[in-house]
Amino acid sequence: MQNDCGCNCNKTEDKRYAELKAYIDSVKDSQGITMTVLQEAQRIFGYLPLEVQKFISENIGVPIAELYGIATFYSQFAITPKGKHHIGICLGTACYVRGAQKVMDKVVEELNIGVGETTQDGLFTIDATRCLGCCGLAPVMMIDDDVYGKLDNVDVIPAILEKYRG
Amino acid sequence: MNGINELNQLKAKAVKDFEVTDGYRVVVGMATCGISAGAKPVLEKLREETAAKGLSNIQIVPTGCIGMCIYEPIVEVFEPGKDKVTYIHMDPDRVSKVVSEHLEKGKPVVEYTIGEGEGDKLRNLDDVQFYKKQKRVVLQNCGLIDPENIDDYIAIDGYQALAKAVTQMTPQEVIDLMKASGLRGRGGAGFSTGMKWSFAAANEADQKYIICNADEGDPGAFMDRSVLEGDPHSVLEAMAIGGYAIGATKGFIYVRAEYPVAVHRLKIAIEQAKEKGFLGKNIFGSNFDFDIEIRLGAGAFVCGEETALIASIEGKRGMSRNKPPFPANKGLWGKPTIINNVETLANVPKIILNGPEWFRSMGTEKSPGTKVFALGGKINNTGLVEVPMGITLREVIYDIGEDCLNGKAFKAVQTGGPSGGCITRENLDTPIDFDNLVAIGSMMGSGGMIVMDEDNCMVDIARFFLDFTVDESCGKCTPCREGTKRMLEILDKITAGNGTLEDLDILEELAENIKNTSLCALGQTAPNPVLSTIKHFRDEYVAHVVDKRCPASVCKALLSYFITDACTGCTRCVRVCPTKAITGTVKQRHVIDQDKCIKCGACMDACTFKAIIRK
Amino acid sequence: MENVQKVNVTINGIAVSVPKDYTVLLAAKAAGIDIPTLCYLKDINEIAACRVCVVEADINGVPMRNLPASCVLQVQEGMNIRTNTAKVRKAVRNNVELILANHNRECLTCRRNGSCELQKLCDELGIADVPFDGAKRKAVVDDLSHSIIRDSSKCILCGRCISTCKNVQGIGVLDFTNRGFNTEVAPAFDYSMRDVDCVFCGQCINACPVAALREKPYIDQVWEAIEDPDKFVVVQTAPAVRAALGEEFGLPVGTPVTGKMVAALRRIGFDKVFDTNFSADLTILEEGTELLNRVTKGGTLPMITSCSPGWIRFCEINYPDFLDNLSTCKSPQQMFGALVKSYYAEKFNIDPKKIVSVSVMPCVSKKTEATRPEMEVDGNRDIDIVLTTRELGDMIKQARINFLALPDEEDDSILGDYTGAAVIFGTTGGVMEAALRTVADILTGENLTSIEYDDVRGLEGVKEASVTLPINGTPTEIKVAVAHGTANAAKVLDAVRAGEKDYHFIEVMACPGGCVHGGGQPHVSAKARLDVNPKANRANALYSEDERLVLRKSHDNPEVKKLYEDYLKEPNGHLSHKLLHTHYHKREVYCPQE
Ligand SMILES: Cc1cc2nc3c(=O)[nH]c(=O)nc-3n(C[C@H](O)[C@H](O)[C@H](O)COP(=O)(O)O)c2cc1C
Ligand code: SF4
Ligand code: SF4
Ligand code: SF4
Ligand code: SF4
Ligand code: SF4
Ligand code: SF4
Ligand code: SF4
Ligand code: SF4
Ligand code: FES
Ligand code: FES
Ligand code: FES
Repeated sequence: MQNDCGCNCNKTEDKRYAELKAYIDSVKDSQGITMTVLQEAQRIFGYLPLEVQKFISENIGVPIAELYGIATFYSQFAITPKGKHHIGICLGTACYVRGAQKVMDKVVEELNIGVGETTQDGLFTIDATRCLGCCGLAPVMMIDDDVYGKLDNVDVIPAILEKYRG
Repeated sequence: MNGINELNQLKAKAVKDFEVTDGYRVVVGMATCGISAGAKPVLEKLREETAAKGLSNIQIVPTGCIGMCIYEPIVEVFEPGKDKVTYIHMDPDRVSKVVSEHLEKGKPVVEYTIGEGEGDKLRNLDDVQFYKKQKRVVLQNCGLIDPENIDDYIAIDGYQALAKAVTQMTPQEVIDLMKASGLRGRGGAGFSTGMKWSFAAANEADQKYIICNADEGDPGAFMDRSVLEGDPHSVLEAMAIGGYAIGATKGFIYVRAEYPVAVHRLKIAIEQAKEKGFLGKNIFGSNFDFDIEIRLGAGAFVCGEETALIASIEGKRGMSRNKPPFPANKGLWGKPTIINNVETLANVPKIILNGPEWFRSMGTEKSPGTKVFALGGKINNTGLVEVPMGITLREVIYDIGEDCLNGKAFKAVQTGGPSGGCITRENLDTPIDFDNLVAIGSMMGSGGMIVMDEDNCMVDIARFFLDFTVDESCGKCTPCREGTKRMLEILDKITAGNGTLEDLDILEELAENIKNTSLCALGQTAPNPVLSTIKHFRDEYVAHVVDKRCPASVCKALLSYFITDACTGCTRCVRVCPTKAITGTVKQRHVIDQDKCIKCGACMDACTFKAIIRK
Repeated sequence: MENVQKVNVTINGIAVSVPKDYTVLLAAKAAGIDIPTLCYLKDINEIAACRVCVVEADINGVPMRNLPASCVLQVQEGMNIRTNTAKVRKAVRNNVELILANHNRECLTCRRNGSCELQKLCDELGIADVPFDGAKRKAVVDDLSHSIIRDSSKCILCGRCISTCKNVQGIGVLDFTNRGFNTEVAPAFDYSMRDVDCVFCGQCINACPVAALREKPYIDQVWEAIEDPDKFVVVQTAPAVRAALGEEFGLPVGTPVTGKMVAALRRIGFDKVFDTNFSADLTILEEGTELLNRVTKGGTLPMITSCSPGWIRFCEINYPDFLDNLSTCKSPQQMFGALVKSYYAEKFNIDPKKIVSVSVMPCVSKKTEATRPEMEVDGNRDIDIVLTTRELGDMIKQARINFLALPDEEDDSILGDYTGAAVIFGTTGGVMEAALRTVADILTGENLTSIEYDDVRGLEGVKEASVTLPINGTPTEIKVAVAHGTANAAKVLDAVRAGEKDYHFIEVMACPGGCVHGGGQPHVSAKARLDVNPKANRANALYSEDERLVLRKSHDNPEVKKLYEDYLKEPNGHLSHKLLHTHYHKREVYCPQE
């Protein structure tokens, strides 16, 4: 569908918008729903592009600049698509004092992208995370839901990454 | 739920299920820590094997954090009339053996336990040094009950405190009791919980709120997570009691989204509590209504700060606002609001049931009770420890933590996370409580306790914390937004070997201003790690700026790699050096061209003769 | 006022008794002590972000923690405040230095040189050095719109624009984005203000203490046209300009300077100096006739005024279902332009292609309005260049004219005459009052003498009034409403949409207070706003000029009458429609521009 202005925003035939709309309708009467709606949208779409924020803005009556301000404030919201696999390297204190920076350096070197960036092939995104709650295993790295602990020897990292390339 | 009698009937029934009278109760540590270490397949295997073998009288219970990270996954077997048996480092193969030997034949598998103790007694977790000086009050139920089963909680006196408060006490009596207990907030500042409640109670309003602060942003702390994962009902019960005391009918739990297990269990707990009538309308037949909603954070440390947290629940950017007005007067949507930390709340039902004197019997005069710490860093026994206030740091580090890793020398311990400071050897005998820690230049904070040894560079650690606050500053006020960045730049300069002595003065001056003029406590405390490391480790700073040397050999730019006489000329290092900085003839001593070396350390790792040193 | 509760505080040793809801900042002012501020904008932005207003304080001898911000700290009995200690001075200086370290410091070539609140503060504090050099925020200069330039290299993140746009105007174009050191103030996705829901009211410019938001400048184009011997350069000035221009030359806020303004324009070199007031009178005849037609013939009601382009854009973006309610009249600026290049050109036999039509407006939205494709007749743009009041001030300075010493002069004819009704167009309620003066006379067929409609005057957000007038022979209650500021406009439209209100006629001005407080008017600093209300002061200047004039009803304007006789024939006639009326359309915003 094309809008008056010629662009293709608000793809209303996209089922995901219906899902988001249903969620919005279900919480519409509660107070302070902006964050929860953004969280749900991020879950549905994987990130929060302009079209999605526009849609939310129209449906909950919050200015789009405010939504964008919220989405760029909290580190969990993404404005650009994330890689297929999410690598979270814990830079919590316990991990840091046990050498998490080395883990980070190694992963950055292996994937040749910076923190917060996604590889060209769209496979990996690297993020620095705070305490993952398994400090006993420090230093810790998480790929999707898998936890890799005690990474004192960073040489094992290439092999770990390889597992996700298949 | 109409009254206390109905609760007692429920309890009588729950106790029967909870206490094993024959057979075994097998608990598996299933907090995030356990799951990370591989507890899920262990639990599944247990269920499969016992079912396959048709074993009856065996309760398999997933439970919360047992506390001793280095042993995870942990399985404990309870048998009536006997000491419990603790299995550590479990995996599915080990499970098979435990099922066929222990659960089927009654013979514990000794090699998977912590080992034999005196006589023929098997050691279990209770015998471990790690637990000897601990006093588990808040964590009492973690690792014992099934957090997803409300009956377990009811069996161990759950919701009795709420029943007592609502049916036998006036709100004022609840507040007075909390005041008498001397409970101080465990979220950081240590403000009297009873006092705080009384402020909100004194405000007339059509609506009030109580919020549980489960944001736990300190990077290196996971006390609250463990409570939520292991004993969620205690927090719900406490919130309802607080709500009753201040006149709030609605509660919010603001929990980090990074804690999916905690969120999942909280949701289950809320459902179950509603079903049983501990939440909802006319609780225990009174006219007190109370409901709880969960709100998720989205990755912003500042949202642990009360006003930022409120903004976040309201659905806005988590930017702090000026206090006063305090939330107790004007909080969520402008209504009187109380914010309490998870651990603070977890104490509440126990205080109501056991009385203030009981609570005051633990800890110190001004800081009664216990405190949970997340002990981590360069220490042998990492994990959650709960100790009575007043214990010394030495006891925690040497008796509970059993010394630094690999026999390295202890250097400092950081408490209070990015807001706190480091404590050195000379203060190790200070009894831990809110006021003493402040007096020695740190603070209690939420309970992160990170041990550092001789291999940690204190300038680098200060830089690490500042990097954190720069990243997490909400950006609203000038001193914090701009000032911490400038401080970080100066520390970067110092660790890169370009610092001057004058930089140290500028750092201290800036720090002073940021503390004095920042809008919220994030900025007001952000310079603490820098100030405290400058205070205690000025010599390390001076080494960086004057001698251009990093004594702990951490700051890359200040290190050099050298080949010593021990070199055999094996050429291994030549092959790994990415910049071809190493030259030499086979079987002769090699040399490193310092101009080409990028200090990656690869050669040092590669040299099997330990001929390469860094200094 | 007697029973306001007072509290006693001491400031720098001076004891004062002030109302208990005062902040320390206001209490200090009462004690004659000046505390610097940057982010504070009374009633609009009280977020305590900049931390340059910090003080030392204790309450009954108990020191307050740290240095509290006086702009939000409420006074308390027994409070003892010190604003001039070494500790305070050091802290304030340090925070300003930190701001400067992240600021594009180029005062000499900066738009706000001389009117900048940060610059002034640096002067007052005697900042001698910026002791930090390091990273700066990413700088974005957005100059794509015709109205506003956003220059983040000058932004000090005070949030004044955000509060203004979101809370006062109810729009929310700008907000904080990112966090910490990377915090910025911008539209979503860093879109240009051209492509978002900004209505170019320029209220954010007025709020901004520095040059981070400023009007798109067009002075050079005007000089160029004046220099060009082939061009016939005419200028018109909007009603509100004369109420504020004097402020650029140090006169008190709201000093009317009509005669000097005309004299200055002549000295700058414009070939003819006219007045938008002329077309304001004309607007009343066109719009009044349109209203009467709609009322008597059953057209779309309520009819809504269309002279504020900020409001038009707001309606096009947010309330497209009300487009048929808008009067089809062009704004007075555009009507005027259309007449210059037709009526005037014909009359004096000038090639319209050689005419450069300049307007001086209190407004930045008019700059964009002038570029709307439909704003031309027979290939001639109605208006070529739009300047703000501030820019006119600058031109007068550039021409080195001693403004205060100028004699009073009169506009040129035949597009220069105007009535009191036109003058009050510049303030909220003015259009409505002018319209009522004319419509009442027409419907009653009398020359009414009670012509001041107090119900529609003043700064109340939404004003309502009703007059009973004979329509088709029966006395009918005509219900009207006046809204100023887009937030108030939205309120009125929502009420109409919900069927809670029905009006015949609504006046909307995009700017709070109307054009007297438009986005192109001289800056009034946050500090000055503690004492004066520019909206009220400037409105008073217009009302007093109205009172001073002999002719106070638009239909009495002799030059307008002549225009109809000689050229247009009748209001809403064929030629009127061609020259003076227009149409509107729904506007999409935040669309990816390929
Ligand atoms: C930057 C910042 C982060 C904070 N983070 C937390 C947190 O993660 N959890 C917490 O309970 N309190 C945190 N606090 C403290 C809370 O603001 C608040 O004081 C506490 O939740 C009050 O509860 P209590 O009285 O039970 O301690 C933080 C404070 C600041 C300034
Ligand atoms: S101190 Fe830091 S976190 Fe707190 S309001 Fe200021 S910028 Fe935000
Ligand atoms: S690896 Fe070690 S022993 Fe071998 S050449 Fe290098 S420095 Fe010498
Ligand atoms: S530290 Fe790295 S760059 Fe330097 S010599 Fe060794 S391998 Fe080469
Ligand atoms: S905004 Fe003000 S301080 Fe900044 S360059 Fe312009 S005049 Fe100077
Ligand atoms: S203030 Fe100094 S630097 Fe600036 S223009 Fe004047 S003389 Fe030159
Ligand atoms: S011009 Fe008006 S609408 Fe546009 S950003 Fe500024 S205040 Fe908002
Ligand atoms: S643009 Fe101006 S008003 Fe807006 S935040 Fe920046 S400095 Fe303040
Ligand atoms: S009210 Fe006046 S100054 Fe404001 S946008 Fe409308 S015409 Fe322009
Ligand atoms: S600090 Fe890394 S898991 Fe806790
Ligand atoms: S065992 Fe649970 S946190 Fe380590
Ligand atoms: S903090 Fe008071 S004026 Fe900015």
